Amino acid sequence: MNTTPDVLVLWQWGPITLNATLLWTWLVMALLVTVAWWLGRNLSSGVQISRGQAFLESLLVLLLRQIEDVSQQKPRPFLPFVGTLFLFVATSNLLSIIPGYIPPTASLSTTTALALCVFVAVPMYGIQRQGVAQYFRQYLRPSVFMLPFNIIGEFSRTLALAVRLFGNVMSGRMIIGSLLVVVPFFFPIIMDLFGLLTGMIQAYIFAVLAMVYIASATQAQPPSPPSPPTSPTT
Amino acid sequence: MTTLGLIASVSIFTAGLTIGLGSIGPALGEGRALAQALQSIAQQPDEANTITRTLFVGLAMVESTAIYCFVVSMILLFANPFWNYVLTQAAKTVGK
Repeated sequence: MNTTPDVLVLWQWGPITLNATLLWTWLVMALLVTVAWWLGRNLSSGVQISRGQAFLESLLVLLLRQIEDVSQQKPRPFLPFVGTLFLFVATSNLLSIIPGYIPPTASLSTTTALALCVFVAVPMYGIQRQGVAQYFRQYLRPSVFMLPFNIIGEFSRTLALAVRLFGNVMSGRMIIGSLLVVVPFFFPIIMDLFGLLTGMIQAYIFAVLAMVYIASATQAQPPSPPSPPTSPTT
Repeated sequence: MTTLGLIASVSIFTAGLTIGLGSIGPALGEGRALAQALQSIAQQPDEANTITRTLFVGLAMVESTAIYCFVVSMILLFANPFWNYVLTQAAKTVGK
């Protein structure tokens, strides 16, 4: 029983190795692109729309509404980034009902990559919205002495984001693996269903937390003492 | 007891202790948060959406401490760096 699919090397040629994480990541991405392309071939703006278009539209509206609720801002600029995070994590977690499939999110490498994307995206959105000086002044709030803590918080929340997703998905796999040894019939299925639920919730939480971090960097700061909402760090 | 045996027994003991102690705090905290959220939903059913969303995000944050403990215990059990170090040292001395 491995804690990470990184060590499961399927194919090796010199320094290039193809492990299970890479394989399943690319397959999930291919699946997402194919389904999106296939459903988006013939979109119509009429009253009669295909089922696929209805599905895509409802998904889009759901994402936009959630982003708007969380950020209290216009959702459109955040949709490509946050929506992609959600769709990728949700798909890679939900596909775990397929036997033999190892969710790429059960590897710390994948989740670290995703968390680093958030780590880079937060200042990018913040600077784009507020300008460089205004954005970096945010690190000096509420006073200059908080600067080191703000910087540590920036890193620790990235770490927390990565380890949380990894830990949840990996623990689901480990628990099912252990239960197969103890009670091989029926009960692992219930834990598998529970794993689907936690996978979905973790995808949602990952996207919402990314959105919360971005929103805390992009919202207009009040100039006067009323303290700005502090960004959660854990 | 040999070094390897000592490392193994301490690692296993600590792994159990880590996950056991580490889940007490988050469990209590999550229980309190959930009870409070249910009470709030009962009082204000219209705000159920916002409360549920905030609850999920908050629970994930509380839970992350338990997840850290779990990851640490998994590292102790399956990817123990000290165990690997002693093994490689032993292999070196045997190979000499």
